[in-house]
Amino acid sequence: MTVVADLMPKAAVSALSVEKVSHAYGARIALDEVSFDIAPASFTVLLGLNGAGKSTLFSVITHLYVSRSGAVRIFGRDVARNSGAALALLGVVFQQRTLDPDLSVAQNLAYHGALHGIGARETRQRGAIQLARVGLADRAGDKVRFLSGGQMRRVEIARALLHRPRMLLLDEPTAGLDIKARAGILEVVRTLVADEGIGVLWATHLVDEIRDDDHVVLLHKGRLLADGPSRSIVGEAGARSIGEAFTALTSRGEGDEP
Amino acid sequence: MSEVVLDGDRPFGWRQRLICLYGIVWREGLRFLHQRERFISALVRPMVWLFIFAAGFRQTLGVSIMPPYDTYVLYEVYIAPGLIAMIQLFNGMQSSLSMVYDREMGSMRMLLVSPAPRWFLLTSKLIAGVAVSILQVYAFLVIAYFWEIEPPTWWGYLTVLPALALSGLMLGALGMLLSSIIKQLENFAGVMNFVIFPMFFASSALYPLWRVQEGSPWLATVCRLNPFTYSVELIRFAFYEQVNWLALAVVAGCTVVFLGGAVIAYDPARGMLMRRGG
Repeated sequence: MTVVADLMPKAAVSALSVEKVSHAYGARIALDEVSFDIAPASFTVLLGLNGAGKSTLFSVITHLYVSRSGAVRIFGRDVARNSGAALALLGVVFQQRTLDPDLSVAQNLAYHGALHGIGARETRQRGAIQLARVGLADRAGDKVRFLSGGQMRRVEIARALLHRPRMLLLDEPTAGLDIKARAGILEVVRTLVADEGIGVLWATHLVDEIRDDDHVVLLHKGRLLADGPSRSIVGEAGARSIGEAFTALTSRGEGDEP
Repeated sequence: MSEVVLDGDRPFGWRQRLICLYGIVWREGLRFLHQRERFISALVRPMVWLFIFAAGFRQTLGVSIMPPYDTYVLYEVYIAPGLIAMIQLFNGMQSSLSMVYDREMGSMRMLLVSPAPRWFLLTSKLIAGVAVSILQVYAFLVIAYFWEIEPPTWWGYLTVLPALALSGLMLGALGMLLSSIIKQLENFAGVMNFVIFPMFFASSALYPLWRVQEGSPWLATVCRLNPFTYSVELIRFAFYEQVNWLALAVVAGCTVVFLGGAVIAYDPARGMLMRRGG
């Protein structure tokens, strides 16, 4: 059944491949020939300040709109041309809260399952598994309104996993959460990468969420400034931490062209 | 868990689409049940027109015999179809606009990451909105019944249903189209002033066209060009177990045009979402 996987060895197919993606809103360039690849079963941090182009990139990857040029592929499936097959492999946690506060956790999951063409009974079974994974097995019947911010995020992660995606996109998932909730969310997602082999793209501007061996994609003013393991970015920038490297790289581009 | 076939390789067939449509309608229904205020204001609005406006104008505006009525009718009876269409107009604008703006933006994005084709998702969303508007209309008809607004026979309650479905689709599709192409309509007040009021007043909802013609020929022309007029007439005739073929053709045609426009506007490659910047 897996057409692409039959054609080439699985390791060769990127979980997410962004190829020379450019986009502009009128005259303002939001993305300028951005290219990078994400391997399956890896945790990649998309690092950038507000306005770096992260949201535009997310919109292009999730097919909200098509970039002016370039291509995005999810396990080899072109998002613009073969969007149904590509989106089926993609799970997304948006920055905005997208759960319906008046409905129960289970009802929110049921809606998402239906959007992905999964029947009610199967959604219930899968939902129970995913809720247990994020530690909310006993909250299925509760109204979302009564959950904490961190719990809502966990539900959103469980929901994003319902249709068994192989690639998970999270847009500033820890924004507005306290330290404990942030650590919890991060741990859940890192476990997903390790245990399930899911590829993760984690957008953030918080450097303390990055580990030395994480893949980091640094975006600044629509341009790709760095792409590689956190450790080597720090080394190349001659910095002591990824935070320092981030500051150095992003301020270097202010005056002259990088 | 055992190794399974990637879901991305399972085609999104008609069974999946049916599940998807059902899910969207089900959620809209649930939300409707949870939003009591929305339901009540949808009912109160036409009630105010019926109990106050129509009662006050009863003496001033007499309505002579004209199809589909075969006798003199009270003014309340005349404006009832217009008020029904108004319920649908409000509902269409409300549900479609909320799709893009304010807090619904997130759930719209969630809807659009479904692997189902985008035209299908938009149509499903539209159908869900229409289903809710039909519930509102029947609630209104129950109350209106006690105000002696009723079809000639009970069949009228059934024959009006397809008219409600079609006119709901047209008005919902119009809202969807407007929400995607007109940037200025970011709040509901703007929509009230520039869409709902002009469409409602420049139509046959409150006064028969021949009367408008006597007073102001140009306004009559505007009314004749207003698709809402045909929604009203389609409902008016259907409630009296008749078909107004012209109205049917106009409403059906406009539905196709508006929906087509909305699908293009939401097209990822050229739509408004792209220019707006998400």
